[in-house]
Amino acid sequence: MAINWFKYASPATFYPLAGRMIPWFAWLAIILTLFGLYWGFFETPSILTDQKQYYRIIFVHVPAAWMSMWLYVVLAGWAIIGLVFNTRLSYMMAAAVAPTGAMFTFLSLWTGAFWGKTSWGTWWDWDPRMTSELILLFLYVGYMALHSAIDDTRRADRASALLAVVGVVLVPVIFWSINCPDPNQCAALHQQSSFKGVESNILLAMLVLSIAFWMYSFAVAFMRVRNIILERERNTQWVRELPEVCE
Amino acid sequence: MFQTFKTVLARDILLATRRRTDVLTALFFFLIVISLFPLGVGIESEVLRRIGPGVVWVAALLASMLALERLFASDFADGTLEQMLLVPQPLGIVVFAKVTAHWLLTGLPLVLIAPLIGLQYHLPGATQGVMMLALLLGTPVLSLIGAIGAALTLGLRGGGILISLLVLPLYIPVLIYGSGAVSASMMDGAAVQAYLFILGAFLLLAVVFSPWATAAALRISVE
Repeated sequence: MAINWFKYASPATFYPLAGRMIPWFAWLAIILTLFGLYWGFFETPSILTDQKQYYRIIFVHVPAAWMSMWLYVVLAGWAIIGLVFNTRLSYMMAAAVAPTGAMFTFLSLWTGAFWGKTSWGTWWDWDPRMTSELILLFLYVGYMALHSAIDDTRRADRASALLAVVGVVLVPVIFWSINCPDPNQCAALHQQSSFKGVESNILLAMLVLSIAFWMYSFAVAFMRVRNIILERERNTQWVRELPEVCE
Repeated sequence: MFQTFKTVLARDILLATRRRTDVLTALFFFLIVISLFPLGVGIESEVLRRIGPGVVWVAALLASMLALERLFASDFADGTLEQMLLVPQPLGIVVFAKVTAHWLLTGLPLVLIAPLIGLQYHLPGATQGVMMLALLLGTPVLSLIGAIGAALTLGLRGGGILISLLVLPLYIPVLIYGSGAVSASMMDGAAVQAYLFILGAFLLLAVVFSPWATAAALRISVE
């Protein structure tokens, strides 16, 4: 069966599709968030003392950190698609994803600071993961700054897309260099990150909230991309004929 | 192709020798930043020896970043850059020649002045050698990565401050291993070689990929 992959690559066809999808993703996000938070707060076994209850920040902190990294990959993916196929909508998607990604990066830093204050007694420490997250925030800000500094939308799209691609190529190098500042000891410094040690109820809540945040990102990115489409296509006939514009 | 490289390189160096202050400002910026730190944090030799490697590299980052704006700006302003985009030779070669000339004029002076910094910060003799070597390997990487940022922000208002936002996060690996090498050389028995190898690897990767990415950025910016 031949699928026309490019049918929805046109802003005119994608705009109504995104409009129809937004409620689905928004409701999924709300339901999953409520379920995940409920499960995380009330259904997890109370194996820890009362002083250790701050660990429940994990249900927001870890999903936010995952989404912040994933959304940068999504952004770079749309940038690459845009540069390769020269489709306008890809650039619009990349631009629509960036603020959400930056928001999640900030959220994970902020919740991390609360966690750090209660568990380590400090708001900030130059832990490799925290530093990497901070650098990721700078990369998001750089992308958005370049995009908004260029008046010509075509140049803005393509230039910031190229920057995102350069960023995504260098991100592994940057993170690796932060994780292992002394190359003589690289083998020894391997951060353990595994699901095996996590209690299954906690893991369930964390994963559900990750999916909830993902659905939220879809909903918000689609809303934003609809705004971008309207703004850029305001001189076209199909936008003028839209019921919400006519009135 | 090599002829193109030589011609562009010779042209850029000739242009720069006619305007010597441009070259000297970056160098003196580097010296001033480095001389400000002891005034701010105190002049105990123990403290200076500890912060020295980091300060030298941060100053080198800032100096090479400030010089970036001039990399393409004057050629863009008088239309030469557009002609360069039209030559039949690969644009990457032209870009590589321009970046090389830029490094010879702004990066190499930093390498040569490094022993002076070493004296200011009471660094031991062997460390000064390592610092020169690390700067020799690291500063070309800064110029090459920075060229991408310079090409992307070409002709924008407020380009100078924007370029720092784009380029400084990408400089982090060079900063970490560059200052790491200098710090390691002051400790007993620590192997400096690994740091220099990594810096060398960065340089090779940057030489291969950066001119190509910069060329793509120039084509986006000038159209």
